[in-house]
Amino acid sequence: MNKFEIRNLNLHYGDFHALKNIKLDIGEHRITAFIGPSGCGKSTLLRTLDRMNDLNEDCRIEGKVLLDGEDIYSRKTDVDYLRRKVGMVFQKPSPFPMSVYDNVAYGPRTHGIRKKEKLNEIVEKALRDAAIWDELKDRLTNRATGLSGGQQQRLCIARALAVNPDVILMDEPTSALDPISTAKIEELMIKLKKDYTIITVTHNMQQARRISDKTAFFLSGQVIEYEDTEKLFESPSDKRTAEYISGVFG
Amino acid sequence: MKNRKKEAKILHVLSVMATAFTVVSFASLCVFVLVKGIPHITADMFSLKYTSENASVVPAAINTLTISVCALALALLPGIFSAVYLCEYAGRKNKFVSVIRTMTETLAGIPSIVYGLFGYLAFVIFAGWGYSIIAGALTLSLMILPVIMRTAEEAINSVPDSFRESSYALGAGRLRTIARVVIPSALPGIVSGAVLSVGRILGETAALIYTAGTVAGLATSLTSSGRTLSVQMYTLWREGIYTQKAFASAAVLLILTVMINILSSFFKRR
Repeated sequence: MNKFEIRNLNLHYGDFHALKNIKLDIGEHRITAFIGPSGCGKSTLLRTLDRMNDLNEDCRIEGKVLLDGEDIYSRKTDVDYLRRKVGMVFQKPSPFPMSVYDNVAYGPRTHGIRKKEKLNEIVEKALRDAAIWDELKDRLTNRATGLSGGQQQRLCIARALAVNPDVILMDEPTSALDPISTAKIEELMIKLKKDYTIITVTHNMQQARRISDKTAFFLSGQVIEYEDTEKLFESPSDKRTAEYISGVFG
Repeated sequence: MKNRKKEAKILHVLSVMATAFTVVSFASLCVFVLVKGIPHITADMFSLKYTSENASVVPAAINTLTISVCALALALLPGIFSAVYLCEYAGRKNKFVSVIRTMTETLAGIPSIVYGLFGYLAFVIFAGWGYSIIAGALTLSLMILPVIMRTAEEAINSVPDSFRESSYALGAGRLRTIARVVIPSALPGIVSGAVLSVGRILGETAALIYTAGTVAGLATSLTSSGRTLSVQMYTLWREGIYTQKAFASAAVLLILTVMINILSSFFKRR
């Protein structure tokens, strides 16, 4: 069952053709990695999946992106509801300047949940699912900005989980973190794929190899190769993929 | 090599001299006002009722407070909401935005006497309120509006985009993002702008002489006249008989202004 089906997707930033005729199927309950050199369009494609590119005035999109069979770019789409179903975690951990509790409760409160007991329940579950409940359960009223980088990122993951999404998009989630925090988050991602569909952009090829089920290699706005991870890294079909993986260019 | 060392030393000396000059000027101003004024500060200067003898600062201070609060109340919401519009709703390349910004900069630079005359024509004469607190407050609110807009805009623009993105990514709409994330984050900057405006109001004379008037004593209603502390100082000085009291008022006003500025920088640091 495909979670996302992308067909003939073309994206322009002003005159720059950033994504060229993308055709991709992304399966659910697995981790899909987007890899490629800087500027190849992998983050851009990730952002089209929850319509975050709408925030950019210069951006023009043609083509279809189907989530569970429905085009998310149709006029009828409720974008706020879409972003509930498809959550995003960014490269630089950016918790709001509020308490830990308020950060996690921000999403549920936005969507109408006001009762204290229900919110407490949701916050605890989200923090547990993000493997950070034990560290933070006595610090729920502390300001989130006082946490370490790794903790902040796990908090941001908890924040995204609190609205009960189907998909979690992760844009280089560990590139700003130390190796130990990175390992914790990779462990978390593998644990989460049971219940969620995860798509991650990463510059770290070893990471893609470690955690993802399928990998897509991007170059200059096109998908060059899209394969089961082991096969893509062991015996890539395209010469350019082989060159990128072996570090000929980066 | 030796030449560069000499140049560096000259630059160093010049900078120190310039700083010393600034510090000395400021210090001599303060010292002069305080030395001339503090000896004449009497206890009855702080009594509730103003008489020609005690030249009490209390009614004038209360008038100052009333006018400041009214002016702030009138200017804060339009100022903040305009800043929100300019930063969040109008496009970055919008020509309209640059026109508004130019207008704001211009308004901020207009001499206060011009505001005073405008206020006189619009509020005292045309609206028929006469010399009154409300005329003064309205005039002052026009004066501080550009300041509030500018500081609010700066504060809102320095809220990192990552906060906005995170909020949108959770399914929050624009209104909620602005109200729950952007403005609370920008609040220290906005408050600092408000406190700065109060500082400016405290020093206003030209704009108030022609709008709030120069009546001594406590203003009893919004439509009655009442002078502020700085206007009182001006009047006392002009009348020629109470120059000592004028200096005393000046000392009080100086101390108040310094305290307000300290408060403003305290908020900015938060």
